[in-house]
Amino acid sequence: MKKFALAGNPNSGKTTLFNSLTGATAHVGNWPGVTVDKRDGVYKKTPEPVAIIDLPGIYSLSPYTPEEVISRNYVLDEKPDCVVNIVDATNLERNLYLTTQLLEIDVPVVVALNMIDAVEKAGDKIDVAVLEKKLGVPVVAISALKETGLKELMDKAYKASLEKREGATVLADSSLAHLIGDVKIALKGQGVENPLFHAVKLVENDSIETEMHKELSPMVEEFKATFEDDVFGDDFEAIIADGRYKYISANFAQTVARKEKDRQKMTPSDKADKVMTHKIWGIPIFLAILFAIFHLTFSEDFLYLGAIFKLPSLEDLGLLTAEGEPLNYGVRWLACVYDGALFSPGVILNNIWNDMLVGELFGWLGGLVEESTMSAWAIGLINNGIFDGISAVLSFLPPILTLFLFFSILEDSGYMARIAFILDRMFRRFGLSGRAFMPMIMGFGCSVPAMINTRTLADEKEKTATIRVIPFFSCGAKLPILTAVAGAIVAYFGVGNADAITFGMYVLGIVAAIVSVLLMRNTSLKGETPPFIMELPAYHAPQFKNLMAHLWDKTKHFVKKAFTIILASTIVIWALSHFAFDWRFLEDEQINESILANLSKLVQPLFTPLGFGSQLGQYGWVFVVAVVAGLIAKENVIATFATLAACLMAVVGMDFGELAIDAEDGIDAVQAMVMATGITIPALISFIAFNMTTIPCFAAVGTAKGELDSKKRYVGTLLFWLASSYCVGAMVYTIGSWWWTCFIWIAVVALTVTGIVLVNKYGKNGRKLLWARGK
Amino acid sequence: MTKTLDQFAIGEKGVVKSVTAEGAIKRRLFDMGVTPGAEVFMRKRAPLGDPIEITLRGYELTLRKSEAVCVTMEVKA
Repeated sequence: MKKFALAGNPNSGKTTLFNSLTGATAHVGNWPGVTVDKRDGVYKKTPEPVAIIDLPGIYSLSPYTPEEVISRNYVLDEKPDCVVNIVDATNLERNLYLTTQLLEIDVPVVVALNMIDAVEKAGDKIDVAVLEKKLGVPVVAISALKETGLKELMDKAYKASLEKREGATVLADSSLAHLIGDVKIALKGQGVENPLFHAVKLVENDSIETEMHKELSPMVEEFKATFEDDVFGDDFEAIIADGRYKYISANFAQTVARKEKDRQKMTPSDKADKVMTHKIWGIPIFLAILFAIFHLTFSEDFLYLGAIFKLPSLEDLGLLTAEGEPLNYGVRWLACVYDGALFSPGVILNNIWNDMLVGELFGWLGGLVEESTMSAWAIGLINNGIFDGISAVLSFLPPILTLFLFFSILEDSGYMARIAFILDRMFRRFGLSGRAFMPMIMGFGCSVPAMINTRTLADEKEKTATIRVIPFFSCGAKLPILTAVAGAIVAYFGVGNADAITFGMYVLGIVAAIVSVLLMRNTSLKGETPPFIMELPAYHAPQFKNLMAHLWDKTKHFVKKAFTIILASTIVIWALSHFAFDWRFLEDEQINESILANLSKLVQPLFTPLGFGSQLGQYGWVFVVAVVAGLIAKENVIATFATLAACLMAVVGMDFGELAIDAEDGIDAVQAMVMATGITIPALISFIAFNMTTIPCFAAVGTAKGELDSKKRYVGTLLFWLASSYCVGAMVYTIGSWWWTCFIWIAVVALTVTGIVLVNKYGKNGRKLLWARGK
Repeated sequence: MTKTLDQFAIGEKGVVKSVTAEGAIKRRLFDMGVTPGAEVFMRKRAPLGDPIEITLRGYELTLRKSEAVCVTMEVKA
């Protein structure tokens, strides 16, 4: 099958084109650098089907960023049959800069002039024929969004792919033409492929090329020594970049006929930007948007209408039975939307999904299994192992999707790039760039896509530091741990406010992330703050199609995870808790003899400084089991409580009163654990803090392994997570239990900081603290 | 009159004279179109005073003051 590669600037509509061509639902966003790896699909309307490879968005073929290197190596080594270079027609000048580099490679190129509809709408015109003549390759005006011109584009690309094309350079008229020509002839003599491309890069002093063609360096240097430019001296990189832009300005200015008077007018995007990045209002607006997102996703009192108007609860309205159950089916639906307050859309979605759909389905399936003639252990495996596991995981789909919807809107609209713009100064203090914000905030949804997104960070150390702290931004799967434990604290001890505890844990995670980044950037990951030279794309209304594609992508990913890793792990945990070391099948009553219980009792003392170790006595190991289960997937933590509470009830006939330990929210399951172990409030908070900052789920760990550049960094990352969670947990527990221990912690922190300052000042490669340099 | 880009007042216009940065920053500036002769319009500063936003070659670019120091400009009236 023929291979066509899509190449172009970030944010030029490349991924939209890819989706339109292949019908795939890849991630699209209005953020420079959303596509961070190459993806492929198939286009079928050409005489034979062709594979379409979507390369990462790039501005140049320089050797400095991973995206550029991926794209460059693909085009040079994989030898696609045609490169479809997508060019944003509304920003021709900068987009053609990449085109001039692609044209130097010996590969057929077709230029797709995208967003032509936006150009025409603005009243401008682009002369496609002139462009085609100057570039020497076919040019097709298209709109990837409205899907116009795509057939013509692909037909021309197919036709172009049938013939060979020799690279051509726009530098042919520049003062360097002779030098490049000589190097090219020398390379050609040695049988090097793509001699023109390599010649230009060699003259540019491109680090990849000089490494690859070491033997040619003396010759190139000799050629170069004879050359002197009156403006740039011997800065060949500058001469070549300048030459490209000069050629573009000189030749393509006349292809664009602009309506001059419009130039001065503010576009709607400019007006929006004036407000969104306003000197005074910019930051409050940003905070308000973040708050609104979380309110719409999680609040059980939408717009605080319930509190303001003192709305009656379902009980007050006489719609509940004496047992507190809804009177009829209609009231059950009503209870999904309202109870003393209107719920926010995220909560409504969550209730309908869990109470009416998933709950019903698995209740019915469970009933069928119960009535069947299978053996007791098979029924246990299916009902307690598999069904409970799957429904627990599926119950997290609504909040994850709602959060992702909002983040997709921010990303698609172009606001996400402005957030980086607004926050860069703050992030620089910690040795990161504003770009690191995006992966971190995505961490609130799910660590996996967040870690993949760190590929947009060019600096390896910044990337490592960001990956390590992403799990501290509590993800959707960790939220149920927070709400269940916080809810149990309020319900059992009758103190505090569940929302305040949950919010406090989010803040704790953020603080832990900031402290960790500062620590790493001053010790193991020292380095200059990476540059922040970034395009700010024009604002546009998010496309419904893109948003849906985005969400579908997430759903697929999550459900896949549910049915693979998490399903497997629930079965493993179920098996470990129902078999003894001698492979005897154990009834629920005998869980004390299980493999899991024995392993957990072994490591239990390690958790004593954190409050959920040896001091909890006989059943204290359940917290250890929950932590271990959480390493597989954080969804398992509360699900494990429910399973183990059921077992404890069976073992010792422990009476948990009226607690519904299999309830979806897990609050009662946690309360049962509190009753069984007598764990204290500080220890419970330490437990959630530990889960938030420890090694994330297997899926995230796997992603981190793939993204980190070396095995050493990966092992370091795992150790970092263990150490950070242990410290945070111990700190929370000891200070919560004995307030005066805060002085000990303060002393430890002070000593550490002093130590780092002294080492950095007087040690090798002495330098000032990053914090101080930031100012 | 010449001055570096970070010294520009909001609304000021100029033409790039030279770029003095090194390595990745220099190349990135070139790739994004900050080359001698390019017209630049200073649009705004971020709420915290840094980075800055400029209009260049028909699009919006943001860069830090520490990077803008490397760009010497000829101020246009």
